Amino acid sequence: MLKVSNLDVYYGAIHAIKDVSLEVPDGEIVTLIGSNGAGKSTTLHTISGLIKPKNGSIVFEDTDITGMAAHKIVGMGLCQVPEGRHVFANMTVMENLELGAYLRSDKAGIAEDMDKIFQKFPRLLERKTQVAGTLSGGEQQMLAMGRALMSRPRLLLLDEPSMGLAPLLVKEIFNIIKEINESGTTVLLVEQNANMALSIADKAYVLETGRIALAGTAQELASSEAVRKAYLGG
Amino acid sequence: MDMGSLLHQFLQQLINGISLGSIYALIALGYTMIYGILKLINFAHGDIYMLGAYFGFVATTMLGFSFVPAIIFAMVGAAIAGIIIERIAYRPMRNAPRIAILITAIGVSFLLEYGMMLIATPQPRTFPAVFAADVYHFGPLVVNSQQIVILVSAIILMAILTYIVQYTKIGKAMRAVSFDTDAARLMGINIDRVISATFALGSALAAAGGVLVGIYYNSIDPLMGMVPGIKAFVAAVLGGIGIIPGAMVGGIILGVVEAMVSGFISSTFRDAAAFGILIIILLYKPAGIFGKNVREKV
Ligand SMILES: Nc1ncnc2c1ncn2[C@@H]1O[C@H](COP(=O)(O)OP(=O)(O)OP(=O)(O)O)[C@@H](O)[C@H]1O
Ligand SMILES: [Mg+2]
Repeated sequence: MLKVSNLDVYYGAIHAIKDVSLEVPDGEIVTLIGSNGAGKSTTLHTISGLIKPKNGSIVFEDTDITGMAAHKIVGMGLCQVPEGRHVFANMTVMENLELGAYLRSDKAGIAEDMDKIFQKFPRLLERKTQVAGTLSGGEQQMLAMGRALMSRPRLLLLDEPSMGLAPLLVKEIFNIIKEINESGTTVLLVEQNANMALSIADKAYVLETGRIALAGTAQELASSEAVRKAYLGG
Repeated sequence: MDMGSLLHQFLQQLINGISLGSIYALIALGYTMIYGILKLINFAHGDIYMLGAYFGFVATTMLGFSFVPAIIFAMVGAAIAGIIIERIAYRPMRNAPRIAILITAIGVSFLLEYGMMLIATPQPRTFPAVFAADVYHFGPLVVNSQQIVILVSAIILMAILTYIVQYTKIGKAMRAVSFDTDAARLMGINIDRVISATFALGSALAAAGGVLVGIYYNSIDPLMGMVPGIKAFVAAVLGGIGIIPGAMVGGIILGVVEAMVSGFISSTFRDAAAFGILIIILLYKPAGIFGKNVREKV
């Protein structure tokens, strides 16, 4: 579904992503793990078209989207939930969800999807006229995910959805990611919480200082000595 | 002066101030919207207002339009000019250092001012009276029909703008882009289109202000945008730059203060007073009157 080949990304003179290749098969959850500054967010931003790569190609469902404008990529069915949520804090929960459906014009479908999101995240329903900036961190994460789902993505990129959340909430979020995947959305999940990520993923990549250091099935990586030492706390 | 005439003078200046202030508000809205989206202080904005006045002049004199078609003509003309200016002058500078864009804006301002001198000569033009200047007396207070037209037009335009920004898709996109550009792009929002729409709306409002001033003072000239442009900028900062209701309130406050100073002290101090209140308000509220940020939890 998504094939990234030999990607090189620079910030000025900083070579942030070095020859990265990865593949996300249709229907799976693929996780990209790595420590702070490894280049995980940069990889996702490049896929989403927020940053232009120097070399390499990104192919989504047989279309080359390398260097395509970000809004067009969303239109093709690839949506990102950015690190740190980035909800529109000055707007209500409803308005945030409406913006998620910005490229759609099927009013009935949008209303239907909004109901589905409220079923998935009942806490958002209770707060639908509340300004997003006043939501808790967990609620903002749910809103950011709901907002992305409003675009009906076939591939969802998630950047550290567990960041800053209490363990119970992390569990809840990961369960929802599984549900989203089971209902047919392919997921590329970036995480620092490698334990949790490997427990729900099919495939995994480990990014180290801009390079893919390891790749394999989630099970293989979870039992790999190197990964356990570096990312799973022994 | 006895109490009665003092009160009368106060009310009279309040009326004058509100009608002048509503014009500042119309110009300030464009400043604030463009700042909100691009973080650019568009120094050429006052000149768009001048351009609007000239479009109105052409519409009323050469094309023989009456008031409403003329103001619409001016607004559309200025909107197109705003889109073109953004496209040619600002878009290529999108990722340039802030100071370079600011200098570009000053350059655009000069281009419009001296370009207009070239086309229309530096001579002031007499703006035709588009409707009879009736004078109404409410007891001792005097209100003329122009003041009423200015106020009513400004209120209608601000209501339309508020509706667009609050309830339409493009308005929501504008708010999203101005709050978080990258997040807006991740929603599928084409930010170039939103920026064009913002320039169009802001320029149209300034043009309406230009036509209204032409009607009020009967005279327009290529440099007429300089001082109102700066004052509208003050109004926008006063209300909290980037905040739409702030620009409306800031404009009215500025107009009223100016009218009061002109009426009770001397019109010589009018401009000093405008900047005086700016300084005082910013000392207590550095982000402007409406400038309180929604706290963001991370
Ligand atoms: N806008 C930028 N300008 C310059 N350098 C940047 C920029 N954004 C990221 N970098 C650098 O690129 C590298 C990769 O950053 P990135 O944000 O992709 O890491 P990450 O894996 O997402 O880290 P984290 O887990 O902390 O979110 C880092 O060295 C970072 O300092
Ligand atoms: Mg990151």
